[in-house]
Parts: sequence; structure tokens; C-alpha cells
Amino acid sequence: MEAVHAVNPWVALAYLVAGVCFILALRGLSSPASSRAGNRYGMLGMVIAVVTTLVTHEVASLAEIAGAILIGGGFGFVVARKIKMTDMPQLVAAFHSLVGLAAVLVAVAAFLNPDAFGILGADGNILTVSRVEMALGAAIGAITFSGSVIAFAKLNGNMSGAPIMLPGRHVINLGTLVAILAMTGLFAAAAQAGPGENPLFWVIVAASFAIGFLLIIPIGGADMPVVVSMLNSYSGWAAAAMGFTLHNSAMIITGALVGSSGAILSYIMCRAMNRSFISVIAGGFGAESGGGDAGAAKTDRPWKRGSAEDAAFLLKEAASVIIIPGYGMAVAQAQHVLREMADALKEEGVSVKYAIHPVAGRMPGHMNVLLAEANVPYDEVFELEDINSEFAQADVAFIIGANDVVNPAAKTDKSSPIYGMPVFDVEKAKTIFFIKRSMGGVGYAGVDNDVFYMDQTMMLLGDAKKVVEEIVKAL
Amino acid sequence: MDFITILSIFVLACFVGYYVVWSVTPALHTPLMAVTNAISSVIVVGALIASAAAGSAGSKWLGLVAVALASVNIFGGFAVTERMLAMYKKKDRPAPKAPDKAGGAK
Repeated sequence: MEAVHAVNPWVALAYLVAGVCFILALRGLSSPASSRAGNRYGMLGMVIAVVTTLVTHEVASLAEIAGAILIGGGFGFVVARKIKMTDMPQLVAAFHSLVGLAAVLVAVAAFLNPDAFGILGADGNILTVSRVEMALGAAIGAITFSGSVIAFAKLNGNMSGAPIMLPGRHVINLGTLVAILAMTGLFAAAAQAGPGENPLFWVIVAASFAIGFLLIIPIGGADMPVVVSMLNSYSGWAAAAMGFTLHNSAMIITGALVGSSGAILSYIMCRAMNRSFISVIAGGFGAESGGGDAGAAKTDRPWKRGSAEDAAFLLKEAASVIIIPGYGMAVAQAQHVLREMADALKEEGVSVKYAIHPVAGRMPGHMNVLLAEANVPYDEVFELEDINSEFAQADVAFIIGANDVVNPAAKTDKSSPIYGMPVFDVEKAKTIFFIKRSMGGVGYAGVDNDVFYMDQTMMLLGDAKKVVEEIVKAL
Repeated sequence: MDFITILSIFVLACFVGYYVVWSVTPALHTPLMAVTNAISSVIVVGALIASAAAGSAGSKWLGLVAVALASVNIFGGFAVTERMLAMYKKKDRPAPKAPDKAGGAK
């Protein structure tokens, strides 16, 4: 049989075009204005890749393939239309797991039927370099799958977000990783390596499923943005590894793009929490946050309670208001009524801006999507670095559902667990409104916040949505 | 293609990815994850090869399942990205009488 990669150059060119389309898809995301065109490029690239593959291979089972695409595609489409924007992190985690599982299945198929992939050597053995690639592809895919399943369960609430700490887990995890690499080496070096022959392959796959599971269970809910980004990266590397096996440039380019994208997002998330990647992976952070309103805050310090009417009056009188939304806002579904409040203020001539911390949601950029869904124009939404200098001129800082990201202890208190994390300089604003369910609860990091007790702070206690509704009524 | 050619493509694509992704605005990081999800399903190419090939029934069925899984991602990923991106709107300016900003919208 002739090898697949000996095909004519037009095919290679078509895959290259598909790869370039995927680059353009990401390039489009540099601004919301060009983003939709970018997404179309992505779809075009996918169509080119699929059609090229179907045309250049002897397809013995077109009906079955069409059926598989219809079933899978139909399901994916319906889910994508129905999913709530607050549930986006779960959806992304679920999608990652599917990429991972697909990679494993492709690797297994290549192992069982290497001839179809053109990686069977003349001696009846699978090519050595292909053996390394397929073992790594299967391993990364399996880690992506089981890791994403755990991330999904934690994000979706099927599983407690609290870290699960096994004794000696670092030794177990490192040992398993080393064992996977060692077995990959043995698998590549084995003399007997015909189609489906070496059982070591199955051990590698099984160990990789296990390690994906073990790596994610000790990581707490607060670190899930990093985990989701990291799994995004892994799914890319899995695709790239399979691209090496198939000698397919579209897969390699895509894998590299997705791999670096996830890696950069993980880095951005870690930086926003001032945590090192290693400490996130090691897990355990947020162990104490599971208790919720455990009463860790010292509420004996004096604080001021405001009413919705006071807040409405001061907001109307203000020249500029900066709103700092956190995940609590999304949980209370307060984003729509918040936008109504902003609209009412804008009619009074107040300048309203939104300030978003990189870790404000449950995944990178999550809060921006939630605000966009509530019809907040994206040019009123600003990132931390862009708006932090404006608090000194702002009349009101309006904090809703956020806590750790406005805690000045991150700047001053070296002993605080969030020390070094970049935070908003809300204390420079003339007035601070802090919407919070009760005085008892503390943020994810479980630390008290000096902003509660400042002279210019007014606490608005209650459900975020109800409080904002009352303010809107009073405006 | 020999291994070195493939490796070259891979290494260069990593650099392209690095620079392209840093230019993505943070406001669009969630759509970025959704769309990278969709495009990483280009692994469907491998699944199609497996399911199209005659010879091994086991390999064929594995391929078909992989095609279905990747299709969930392709259709779901692009559709959810499209849905999110459609929500990002600019400020409603007093559009008709403001010729200074040609935003490109109608």
C-alpha cells in the first residue's frame, strides 16, 4: 500500500490553507469588530480540512460517517444554543474532554490499523517515530479527557469544589508521569511492534487516564480558571501529536495554536492571582473556602450600612461611577438589572464604566461575556491595568459580587494569602458601595477585607439582584 | 514529509500562536477558548481516515465514534463562539446625526 503522505502536493496545500484559516480565526479575536469574520475563517478551515480528507481517501463508509457527523454535530449545536452563559466554563471543560477522548480513539485506531495511516514500515512494524508520536498523543489525550471530566464535575457542582488531598500524591503523580514516559520509550524500542501487538500501549493509555484524574482532584474551585486553560492547552498538544503521526500540517498548526493559547491563558490567570503555575498544579489552594459563611471575618469592627435610597441619591449626584462586578453578580443573575441601573445613571449624565479583573469569572474573559449578554457595550468595559489609575478621580466605586480583587491587603499585608495579587485601588474613590450578602462571608481566599470598614464605604447587604433593583426603583 | 519538515512547521506555528494569542483582547478570552476548542477538533481528520479505511473493523468503529465526538465539538464550538461574539456590541451612539464616528455599523 502506498503511504498517505506520498499524496500529491495539492492535498498538502489544502491542509496548509486550512491551517492558515485557523490562524486567521484567532487573529480576528484581536477586536470584537473583526471577531465574527475570524470565526467564519475557522469554519472555512474546518470545511477545507474535512472535505480534503474525504476526497483523498477511499471512503468505504460515507453513510456511516455522515451519520456520525449528524449525531455529534446536532447534539453539539443544540447544546451550544441552549447553554447559559454562566455555565460556559463547564461547557468548555466538557468540550475539552471530547477532544481528548477523540485523540485517544484516533491513536488507538492508528495502533490497530497503521496501514490506513501510512505508518506501517516495510518490516511489518509500526514506524518507530510514529510509535512515539501515537503513544504521546494517546497519553496527552487521555490526560485531557479524565482531567476535563473532573474539572467539569467540579465546575458543574456534581463534585465538591474543595480539593481532595491524597497522602503522598506528589510522589504518586510524579512516579506515574515518569512511568508513562519510560513506557513510551520501551514501546518505541520494542522489537515486536506490528499492528495492535504491543500491550504496553494499553498500559500507557490506562496510566494516562489515571494521572489526569489524580492531577485535577487536589485542585480547588478557585483555581479552576487555570485548570480549564491548562486543559485547553493539553487538548492542543494532543491534536499536534496526532498531526505528527498523520503528517498533517493543518493538525500540527492547529495543535500549536491551541497549545500556546491555553498556555498563555494559564499564565495570565496565574499572574492575575499572583500564584505560580507549579503551586496551582500542586493543588490544595482554597481548602478552607468550602465552608462558605463560616464566620471567619471579624465583624466586631465598626462598619456603615447604607440603604438603596442613599445609594441611589449618591450615584445620581456623582460625575463618574466605576462598577466592579465579580462572580457573585453572575450567581445572583444581577447583570441585567445592573445594566438598567447604568442606563438610568447615564441618562442623568453620569459617566459609568465597568472594571474587570482577569479572574472575575470562572474562566478567562467570563465576566466580559456575561456583561455583553446583558447588552453592556464593550467599550464601557475596561481591564484592570487600563482603569486602575481612574479610581482617584472617581466619585463612586460600586462593588457587586467581588471581594478579593478589591482587597488592599494584597498590596500591604505581606502575611495575607492574596499578597501580591494585582487589585483595584477602590479605596482611592470618594465613596464606595459594597454589595454583599452578609458581613459574615469572606472571599474565596478566606481573608477579611479592610474596605468594609473604611469611612467612605457603605455596605449594601442583601441579594445583589434585589439590592440593585431597589436602587433602580429609587433612581 | 520527513520528521524535520514537520517539526519545523510545528515550531514555527508555536511562535505564530504565541504572538497571535497575545494580541487577542482580554475581553474575548472566553470566545478564544471556545474557538480553540472548535479548531482543535481538526483531529476529526484522523478520525475520518480511521473510519474510512477498509481492513480493520475495530479501527473503523473507533474512528466513527471519534468522528461523532469531534463533531460535537466542531458544531458546538463554532456555534457557541458565534453566539457569544454576536453579543458584543458597541455603545449606542446617537448614530444618525454623528458622522464623526464611522463605526462600520449601519
